[in-house]
Amino acid sequence: MMEVRFSGFGGQGIVRCALITGKAISLYDNKFATMTQSFGPEARGGACSSQLVVSESRVLYPYVTVPGVLVALSQEAYNLYEPELGNGGILIVEQDLVKQKPDTGRVQVFPVPATRFAEELGNRLFANLVVIGFFAAVTKCVTPDAVKKALPELVPGRFLKANIQAFDKGYAYGNEIMAAKSGASVTADAMSEGVE
Amino acid sequence: MVRKVKADPKGVLEGPHFMDGDHALAEGALAAGCRFFAGYPITPSTETAERFAERCPEAGGLFIQMEDEIASITALIGGAWGGQKVMTVTSGPGFSLMMENIGLACMTETPMVIANVQRGGPSTGLPTLTAQQEMMQVRWGSHGDYRVIALVPDSPQECFDLAIEAFNLSETYRTPVFIMTDETVGHMHEKVVIPPASEIEVVERNWYTGPKDQYKPYKFGAENHMPGPMVKVGDGYRFHVTGLVHDERGYPQATVEAGKINITHIIEKIDSNADKIIRFEADQLEGAEVVVVSYGITSRIAIKAVMDARKQGIKTGNFRMITAWPFPEKQIREIASKVKAIVVPEINYGQMVREVERVAGGRCKVISVNSTGGAVHDPSEILAAIKEGRS
Repeated sequence: MMEVRFSGFGGQGIVRCALITGKAISLYDNKFATMTQSFGPEARGGACSSQLVVSESRVLYPYVTVPGVLVALSQEAYNLYEPELGNGGILIVEQDLVKQKPDTGRVQVFPVPATRFAEELGNRLFANLVVIGFFAAVTKCVTPDAVKKALPELVPGRFLKANIQAFDKGYAYGNEIMAAKSGASVTADAMSEGVE
Repeated sequence: MVRKVKADPKGVLEGPHFMDGDHALAEGALAAGCRFFAGYPITPSTETAERFAERCPEAGGLFIQMEDEIASITALIGGAWGGQKVMTVTSGPGFSLMMENIGLACMTETPMVIANVQRGGPSTGLPTLTAQQEMMQVRWGSHGDYRVIALVPDSPQECFDLAIEAFNLSETYRTPVFIMTDETVGHMHEKVVIPPASEIEVVERNWYTGPKDQYKPYKFGAENHMPGPMVKVGDGYRFHVTGLVHDERGYPQATVEAGKINITHIIEKIDSNADKIIRFEADQLEGAEVVVVSYGITSRIAIKAVMDARKQGIKTGNFRMITAWPFPEKQIREIASKVKAIVVPEINYGQMVREVERVAGGRCKVISVNSTGGAVHDPSEILAAIKEGRS
């Protein structure tokens, strides 16, 4: 089982990240995924978060308890959620928007300039797809094929191609980072804290 | 007479979806043939109304946003007598507003489906957070003696499945049927598989086909107290619909004797068919020392606690109510006669546990794992109660 939290500020496509990933996993990767999101007053402005619980069998408890993966795309989200990330967990941060604490080695950090990559592709709104691509390469939680199948109903048709490009960019970058780190083992073990 | 037909493909969004429980309720309603929805938005149920409003034109349906929940439930009564399968959705405060005319719907034997996506109360309470606090209100909230059918889904898939079941039950027994879901299930996204229309069975309304001058809107004393057929307003039939005690013609009869016949009918059509209505899931009850009885989202948390207890060597059974009302009395009575304790977790301060206690009748311990609402349980709370029950 893997527990993932996507976080950032409203407008970054945080909820969409979990929707796309959850749909991809549960419809096209043949695993179980349950997605929940921050809702109500707490979702307006400030830190926004969505949660995904992924499992080979039916998910029972629908919420994240100790996340094995945290995606933080804003400083506030990082400050709020980093402490709950499990020891040895994977932390994906938007490197241009998050100033990190000194690295103590408690968690494995993967910075990605998602917004800059998205702007290079023409629109910063694609940053969340860069993040999903990067997330897929680093965590192996979801396959690229599944994400691309999940996209059509979840992004506007006229931006589908650009969103796929953004995904590919993030995925390629993630693979580069993983290759550079090869030897250092970022494995499923780290992510499956709390396995049953 | 219960006539089953295949679903109208216009309302069936066949295929696998990644969908939340609120949206799945709307899809289930459309698949079941619901073509009229009157509602008033309230967190956390609004997404169901939005989805129905968006989707119903392609299915040939009508959505009206009413001025409030009192008007919504009243419009449903009219819509149903106008010939449609009808639905509304609400949450705590809106549910309270609907109570009086829920009684009118029961008294006039008007089929409809009402979903309550429960949030924390009382009053405006915790609008965005989960709860199961209207489990007794749904049973007793309107005045007078009547019965209801209430179903409790534990997932978006079951929101879809039970929406169809709710319509089928409401047509079969000509009565309001409730779907008592909650904020967690309502807003949780999971895989929902919608089968092709050819695989969905829906109960058609029992339409009257006899001579116009012989139609009576009610039938009392039939086998198993099954209700009589309906007609559409405007089709040229003469009949009367009233909240007053009435005879089979629908005419008010202010007598003790008429009340006995009328009220017995609306109660017995549910009570005497309870075995056909009640649905549940039971796991490892045989030889269990403790059984956890739960419903809705809480039953998923309970399974985790039950699995933990079994790992610790405690013989633990699990019983999930899919139908909360009519209450599964026989099943709970049998469990109570064989176990040391029944543990009842629920996201309220102890509601269905009272029913479990009544039925258990002192045969075993009954332990309530209650809460003031706003969040699902921590499985460890339920595990602690299982251990207490065994000792």
